[in-house]
This record gives sequence, C-alpha cells and structure tokens, in this order.
Amino acid sequence: MTATTAPHPGAHQATAGRYLFRHVATMEWIKLRTMRSTWWTLGITAAGAIAMAVVVGFNTTTAAEDLTNNVLAGVVPGLVLTGVLGVMVMTGEYTSGLIRATLAAVPNRPLVLAAKAAVFGGVTLIVGEAAAFTAFFAGAAALRHGLVAPTFGQPGVLRAVVLSGAAFSLTGLLGLGLGAIIRHTAAAIGVLVGGVWILAQIVGAVAPSLAVYMPVIIIANSLSTTKPETCASNPGGACIHFLSPWAGLGMLCLYAAVALAIGGWLVARRDA
Amino acid sequence: MIEVRELTKRYGPVLAVDGLSFRLRPGAVTGFLGPNGSGKSTTMRMILGLDYPDGGTARLGGRCYRDLAWPLREVGALLEAKAFHPGRSARAHLAALAASNKIPRARVDEVLDIVGLSAVATRRAGKFSLGMAQRLGIAAALLGDPGVLLFDEPVNGLDPEGIRWIRTLMKSLARQGRTVFVSSHLITEMALTAERLIVIGGGRMLADTTVAELSSRSASLEDAFLDLTSGTAECRATGRTS
Repeated sequence: MTATTAPHPGAHQATAGRYLFRHVATMEWIKLRTMRSTWWTLGITAAGAIAMAVVVGFNTTTAAEDLTNNVLAGVVPGLVLTGVLGVMVMTGEYTSGLIRATLAAVPNRPLVLAAKAAVFGGVTLIVGEAAAFTAFFAGAAALRHGLVAPTFGQPGVLRAVVLSGAAFSLTGLLGLGLGAIIRHTAAAIGVLVGGVWILAQIVGAVAPSLAVYMPVIIIANSLSTTKPETCASNPGGACIHFLSPWAGLGMLCLYAAVALAIGGWLVARRDA
Repeated sequence: MIEVRELTKRYGPVLAVDGLSFRLRPGAVTGFLGPNGSGKSTTMRMILGLDYPDGGTARLGGRCYRDLAWPLREVGALLEAKAFHPGRSARAHLAALAASNKIPRARVDEVLDIVGLSAVATRRAGKFSLGMAQRLGIAAALLGDPGVLLFDEPVNGLDPEGIRWIRTLMKSLARQGRTVFVSSHLITEMALTAERLIVIGGGRMLADTTVAELSSRSASLEDAFLDLTSGTAECRATGRTS
C-alpha cells in the first residue's frame, strides 16, 4: 500500500492509435491460457481420442472396414468436451461478472467475440489436429490380425485426419456462439448437447434423409471417413447419401458462423 | 469531464433512472448518494456503455464511452465486487485487461502493490475475501492510470482499516487532478470522503449540493439525507405518504 499513482493524469492519453483486434486477441489469449480448466479439458479430449483409437485399432478384425474411420472413432465423443469448453469460455464471463470488466476495457463488443473466436478456434484447431494425427498413428500401430495400416498416400486418408482435427475447433466455436446467445452455462450446455447429439438421434430415427445434415453425423460419416457412403456404395442396404467431406465441412462452418453471428448481434444489442 | 444529460433507463414498467443530468469536474471527489435501488449503479453502467439508455446521453470529454481510443487509460471503474473469473489469479486477470489497452505489463505489479495484493497475486481470485475482491477491482480501475475513476459502493465488505484506506486513496486521486465519482448509500461515509454530493432517489435528482450545505439543512447530515430521500425509497419502514 504505497503511494497511489503517477501524479499526471491525462499524460497517458497521448498514446497514439486505439485498441485493435490484436490487443483484444492478446487479452483473450491470456484469459484462455490462465484457466486451468482449459488445459485439463483439452488434455482429456486428446487423451480420450488417442485411447479410443488404440482400443478400436486393436479390436478391428477385418480390412473390409474403413480403417481410417475406425481409428478416428474417438473424435466424436471428445467433441462434447470441446463444445462444452467453448460454451464456458463465454458463459464464464457472464456468471462471474467478468463480462463487464471486459466490455469496459473493450466497448466494441463484436470485436471481443471475434477475438475470442479467433483465439479459441486457433487453440482448439491446433490441439484437435495434434489429437487427430496422434490418434491416427496410435490406432494404426495398434492394428492386429495382419491388417496393414492406412497411409497418407491412400486416397482420402490425410483429408479424413485433417478434417477430424478441424471438427474439434468447429464444435468448440459452435459452443462459443451458443454461450454468447444463451449466457447461462447449464442452459447453453443443454442446448449444445441436446441440439448436437440428442437431436441427431431423433432426426436419424424420424427423417434419416435430414440426419446427414446433423453435426455429429457429418463428423462421423462425412469428415472422418476416407469415402462417405452413398446409395451407390451400399446397394441393397438402406439408402443414405452422406454429405461429401467438403460439403460436410462447409455445413459445420455454417453452423458455427451462424451461432457466432447471432451471438455477436445479441451481445452488442443487450445490456451487459 | 463527465456530462450526463437527461439520462433515462427503463426496466419494464420501472423507471430506474429518470431524466438525470449532472456534470463532474476533475480535482474533486463527488459522492453519488441514494437509497438502495435508486439508480446509482444503473447510471454508472450507462456512463460506461454497459447498459444502453432509453433516453439522454452520457459523455466523457464530449465523447461516448464506446468511442474512446483506450478506454482503460481514460476511465477506471469498480462496478461490482467480483468482476473477475474465480478460476484466474489476480495477476492473470489484470494482465489480460492490461493487454487489451496496451498497458505495460509492469503496471500490473505496480497496481497490485498499490492495493496490497502482491503477496496473493498468483492465488485463485475465487478464494479472495470480499475485501480482497474489492481491492482487486480497485487495482483494475487504476490499471490504465486514468483521469476519471468511478467507484460503485467501494467500501462494501471492507473492514475499518480498508474503509480508511479507500477514503485516503480516493482523496489522493482527486488531489492529483482526477475526476472521482463514488456511489454509496452511506451518508456518513460520503461526508468523510466527498466534497460535492449528488443525491438521487427513485432515479431522479434530489439535490446537487455540498456536504456542508446539506448538513446545514437539518440537525444532522443523516437527518438531512433521510428528509431528502423519504418518499422515494421503494420499501419504507413506516406507512406510505401519498
């Protein structure tokens, strides 16, 4: 408790320029990395994906299956955690009251959400890709029964691994957008899990042709496979035409973008 | 300088702030006095651009808050006791805010020292007592060395030593030429801290006066305040006078 502050209020205002995206992004990066839950959640997500890859690889018995898809089986369950983390990055500000400190520091609210999305999206992309590649190699190494591990030289294999990694980031951003829209942790997690996982089950049962547009179905059947099933590839079976990997990626990007756009609009419009 | 003109805020059927106008000049502590629920916090949030007014304006040096180039370097605010995430340390919280306004990292340790939190800077702020939380909020307000400071009920939860510390701090900030605006529902505390008093009740201006002038109106300053605000409080101990 020493003397207060510099005795020249106003002198600081001479600093040129104004706050920019990079300043806000630095703030968001410090916020994200100084939360222990960030690293716990991302670590468990990655470890789960890798462990599941090993288990599935170990138990795969026939090469008739898409081995790449098999060893990427841990991606979809891990997405719940990334999505929930995305929700909490946003709702944590509202439940703690931090949002008012944040918005007093940076009154440009869409800029705050954009910086949050860039930082969180970037971190989850890096972690997601690391997890997907590690899971791929670990799962491939665990193959038995004389099965030959897939390689990146084969069609669609590298793409499936890369897009699976990206799925973490896009699910996280969807959670972030929902968090901005809903503001309450429990409600936002409910909408995320209900909308992404449970709704996919219901739509799958009621209207299978629409199920291919559900995020989980896209990730499991379009992104993480070397060759999404079509009517032609499954003669005699039920005719489900999954989205192509790139159409699926576009669809996921659209979900995240719409959630973030609505969230940004609401955050700017509402009292903080 | 802060200029509030005809500021109005409505929450559903309730008029929280009703055509409030005043100006704040640098170099003095201005007390913002009123009973609970009289619209003090809402007014401060509108000055900071956090709540949107339904009418009127709040300007800082002629500009809206959202147009400030480096908000934290111009205005510092303590709005509520816990405007931080409980999982983050005091130092991380301040470092994040500092980064957003390009405030040098060394300033974080400086303000931690000013408020006496250096020893607990790396502990999770969620474990802080209310008094420590208030100090962290004050550290955040001082971060950008701003010329304008807003404190909403800063002495809540503080022990006598902490209350005296805040009082001394606010006075020295004003002496340095800063504009200091402090809300409270405690007339006795305001009498010790502020020279000028803006008294509101039910969202309306009741008096723009000085401590000396107000206390000359009644037997005591407390009587004067209660006379002034009677009939505006939402819930009153005695029967209503219509």
